[in-house]
Amino acid sequence: MAPKILLESRQLVKRFGGILATDHVDFKLPEGARHALIGPNGAGKTTFINLLSGVLTPTSGEIFLDGANVTGWSARKRAHAGMARTFQINQLFADLTPLETLVLTIAERENAGWAWLLPVGSRSDFVDEAMSLLRQLGIEDIAHGQVGVLAYGKQRLLEIAVALAQKPKVLLLDEPAAGVPEHEREQILDVVAALPSSVALILIEHDMHLVFRFAKSISVLVNGGLFMEGTPEDIANDPRVRKVYLGEEEVNV
Amino acid sequence: MTDMTFSQQPSPEAVKARAVLLGRSRWGIAEIAFWVLAAACYFLLPTKLSLLSEIAILGLLALSIDLVLGYAGIVTLGQGAFFGIGAYAAGLAAKHGAGSFPWSDPVIGLFIGGGVAALIGFATSFLVLRGSDLTRLMVTLGVALIVDEIVNQMKWLTGGSDGLQGVLPSAVLGVWEFDLFGRTAFVYSMVVLFVLFVIARAIVKSPFGLSLQAIKGNPLRTRAIGMPVNGRLVAIYTIGSFYAGVAGALAAQTTQFASPDYVAFHRSADALLMLVFGGAGHLYGGLLGSIIFRTMQDVLGNITPQYWQFWLGATLVVLVLFVRGGILGLLGNLRDRTQRKGG
Repeated sequence: MAPKILLESRQLVKRFGGILATDHVDFKLPEGARHALIGPNGAGKTTFINLLSGVLTPTSGEIFLDGANVTGWSARKRAHAGMARTFQINQLFADLTPLETLVLTIAERENAGWAWLLPVGSRSDFVDEAMSLLRQLGIEDIAHGQVGVLAYGKQRLLEIAVALAQKPKVLLLDEPAAGVPEHEREQILDVVAALPSSVALILIEHDMHLVFRFAKSISVLVNGGLFMEGTPEDIANDPRVRKVYLGEEEVNV
Repeated sequence: MTDMTFSQQPSPEAVKARAVLLGRSRWGIAEIAFWVLAAACYFLLPTKLSLLSEIAILGLLALSIDLVLGYAGIVTLGQGAFFGIGAYAAGLAAKHGAGSFPWSDPVIGLFIGGGVAALIGFATSFLVLRGSDLTRLMVTLGVALIVDEIVNQMKWLTGGSDGLQGVLPSAVLGVWEFDLFGRTAFVYSMVVLFVLFVIARAIVKSPFGLSLQAIKGNPLRTRAIGMPVNGRLVAIYTIGSFYAGVAGALAAQTTQFASPDYVAFHRSADALLMLVFGGAGHLYGGLLGSIIFRTMQDVLGNITPQYWQFWLGATLVVLVLFVRGGILGLLGNLRDRTQRKGG
């Protein structure tokens, strides 16, 4: 039996004025997927993620999450249906602590976010879960610091922790290691490699080491359209891909 | 690393983390001292009770702005509208209640004033959901101007520019009549302020209150984690309107009068100024700000009746330029500095 498809886009199109940012993309993400989305700068990778997660509304086409047509759903509704994402540029709550951030995320997941008279720490199960997530990502030592003044690498880890706290079925990681200094990079790579197998993953990344270490399948996006799909070996050995993308990398090295 | 498992026994770190979170909602010594001192004013300043009740009422109005602006980040210049609506609603109830239960009962009057203000706050909250800070500033200001004009034009109901005369609330809880020395007014205002403050304090330390601070920090992410952002903003705006309405009702009952001055633009601006003076986002900022504002008005008004606003303006400029976060921000900086020296 073929694995269940958790996330799917059909003929997805997004136009910004005259620019075709997403060009009729047909895409399927099965259960347990470790899928990388690569492509040169401006290929429309983040736009595609924004369409999937509901930050942007598509011009045409449809999106299905776990069998349901979610094309018209808000980001909030998709989140409750099992979609989580991280952002290329940190989108965190600067005034809160990492612990508060995660407890809040868990409370929203459990529909307890409206509770308005009991203090935040009153649900010990939420605090317990938040702390074990912080431990899982190796940042429990900064649980009570202010998020806004944390080191950049720690903030990148918290980005992932927030998405994990949503207990998603599908997780979209938008360049998790972007801008992280070399000595903190390894920690993020380890975390990504060790994400639970129950979550289907899409990873956008420019770092080819991370892509080939992590991905079991890869899509190449060029000028908004799907250029090629295949296993890491297929992609690495395809001369056309080398030309449009990897070749460019080699020149840079 | 595998999927998360839940042990029945929370780890020592989790127990400690919970203690840290719960510790944030414990009452500190400074807080207790503040309220003890506020109550002691009844004996310390017996000749200033009317002024003190006025300060308590302005403090409640500034507190309502703190909930909306300091926590949820909704910039508003129209909170005076809800103050005025509350004043007129409670004032009209007391006037036409003819000194009898239930309409002239002051406590019921508070709910009438707060309730009507909350209704109108709820109805107009949808206007402040979208748009930038500037849009919200203009929309809230616009709503306040409309309310101001309606109050002025509906002479048959509000008395127009003469104000609403003959507001005679019954005794508080049927026992304490309002007196000439403002003793009842002071105790009544302080108790109402304290009760509403305790509720506001619980709100901002709850998951709901934390979610407001998250929305203020990053609306994009709050949506991505599945938070009903619009619902939360509507809720806090309505609660803020209720608080402002109760403050207005208190004003009408304790002064036995309501005038267009209560809905005028300067009321919103003054209250916002008090909050900025004291420091937004701490709950106490509005209270401290109203004390400073009203005291400055009183003292400077005696020294230089024509120019007191000059000194008020100068103080505001200095505070905003050189001290981030008002008086409470200043105190916080000093505390951090002494702690660093000590440690």
